[in-house]
Amino acid sequence: MSAQAPVPPRSSALQSAMRFVLPVIVFAAGLLAWELVVRIKEIPPYVLPAPSIIVLTLIKDWAVLSQSLATTLLTTLEGFVAASIGGIALALVFNQSKWLEYSLFPYAVVLQVTPVIAIAPLLLIYLEQQTAVVVCAFIVAFFPVLSNTTLGLNSVDRNLAGLFQLYGASPQQALRYLKLPAALPYILGGLRIAGGLSLIGAVVAEIAAGTAGAGSGLAYRIAESGYRLNIPRMFAALLLLSLAGIVIYGVLALVSHLVLRRWHESALGKEN
Amino acid sequence: MVESRTSPAVEASLTALAVSLRGVTKVYDNGVMALGPFDLAVRKGEFISLLGPSGCGKSTVLRLIAELSAPSSGTVRLARHEGEVLPGHGIGFVFQEPTLMPWTNVRENVRLPLKLAGVPKAEGRARADAALASVGLADFAGAFPRELSGGMKMRVSLARALVTDPDILLMDEPFAALDEITRFRLNNDLLALWRSLRKTVVFVTHSVFESVYLSQRVVVMTARPGRIQADIRIETVEPRGEEFRTSAAYSDYCRRVSAALAPSYSGQSTL
Repeated sequence: MSAQAPVPPRSSALQSAMRFVLPVIVFAAGLLAWELVVRIKEIPPYVLPAPSIIVLTLIKDWAVLSQSLATTLLTTLEGFVAASIGGIALALVFNQSKWLEYSLFPYAVVLQVTPVIAIAPLLLIYLEQQTAVVVCAFIVAFFPVLSNTTLGLNSVDRNLAGLFQLYGASPQQALRYLKLPAALPYILGGLRIAGGLSLIGAVVAEIAAGTAGAGSGLAYRIAESGYRLNIPRMFAALLLLSLAGIVIYGVLALVSHLVLRRWHESALGKEN
Repeated sequence: MVESRTSPAVEASLTALAVSLRGVTKVYDNGVMALGPFDLAVRKGEFISLLGPSGCGKSTVLRLIAELSAPSSGTVRLARHEGEVLPGHGIGFVFQEPTLMPWTNVRENVRLPLKLAGVPKAEGRARADAALASVGLADFAGAFPRELSGGMKMRVSLARALVTDPDILLMDEPFAALDEITRFRLNNDLLALWRSLRKTVVFVTHSVFESVYLSQRVVVMTARPGRIQADIRIETVEPRGEEFRTSAAYSDYCRRVSAALAPSYSGQSTL
């Protein structure tokens, strides 16, 4: 096995370095081209701000923007936690009772396929604003958790299930020691998708709420800055949103990797 | 060659029998008759092999004995020792694949039957380590299944089947996926374990050679629905070793078992 694994060829080290270097080069080249075009063509900042102006705005407006970032992140987190707990719990319920699954699953699908931007205004009528925003994040994010967990719980090795039956495992034991660990890679995959989606849900709901004249999240800042033709701040807020999305994805991917690294194929290197 | 020998003295007293199947049939939900009617009596401490073509119901017999599946008709009886309380602990099952939980280490895999029965953790670990030592894997308790070779995974699976100290060991083509050298070694280790522990073993295999080498009795089954084609007693000097594998008697037994198997593959093909 590992004892006779060949020394990794130089090209593979180069390749993994290039995976990081190349996107950075593309990014830097894009920024440079953007900056040059804006300066040479003398495009005014209210049409297209140069990257340097966006960064300056980010620093100048940090007090406002960081406040908004915190609001949006809190909404995202609440929606994500609700979606994770709700999705996993519902999948467990479905797994225990086929009848409940048949009865309820179609509605989960309906909730999923109806665009949240269309539901948000309705939720804002019936719910308190902060609640409505979290509910939006929840609606968008919970379905991947539900469907992935369901898939995972149904993917238990048939022989292992037979083994648990042979040794007289109770349903609770089978769930705790067999089904949940077997479903874990799927659940983590669902959570990874849900993280990004809850941010999207939060943003969509904030924009819907923002048009109603209240709110203080990043998406609201974007909408507000748009009305005020404060385009650099719009870009700065957008930049923060993207960064937040990347960090959320990165954190969840890292958690998934740490949990699965000792046993699951997805977390193992190709050479194993 | 067909043996319908019913020695009443043996059949009558269940104390001498570990497993008894009478008139057992199994019809699957799709109407396919997989087995039977099938009769089988296994004495306590006996090592028997079930041999037959694919789909003849060998695995079904094991699943019936393990009560993983219920017979469509007939009775399956197991001798259980007095006061047995822990479910499934009279039986150890080794599947065709190692069937290990990839998310936990070797010791926890072996400890599973004890954990499910509520045996305290410290005792369970000690017993798991002892079972691992008995299959020669004492040093691998902390390893994860993916870090082991195919033969080692099978040994873990065997240790898990032995950890409850069962009376009956059911093995469903356990070594079929292994290379021949590994298989020979595991065959010898299994025989050594059987000699020292005196379990009743019902061993399902595709291999004529393996069945003759390992067992005291080879039960040859017909193509589906599986019935008994022949029941051949293998008698030789114990303990068996390489000299048996290379002896004339061994080849002779292999020839007889192959001959009993012949109707299953020389007749009109159902494939």
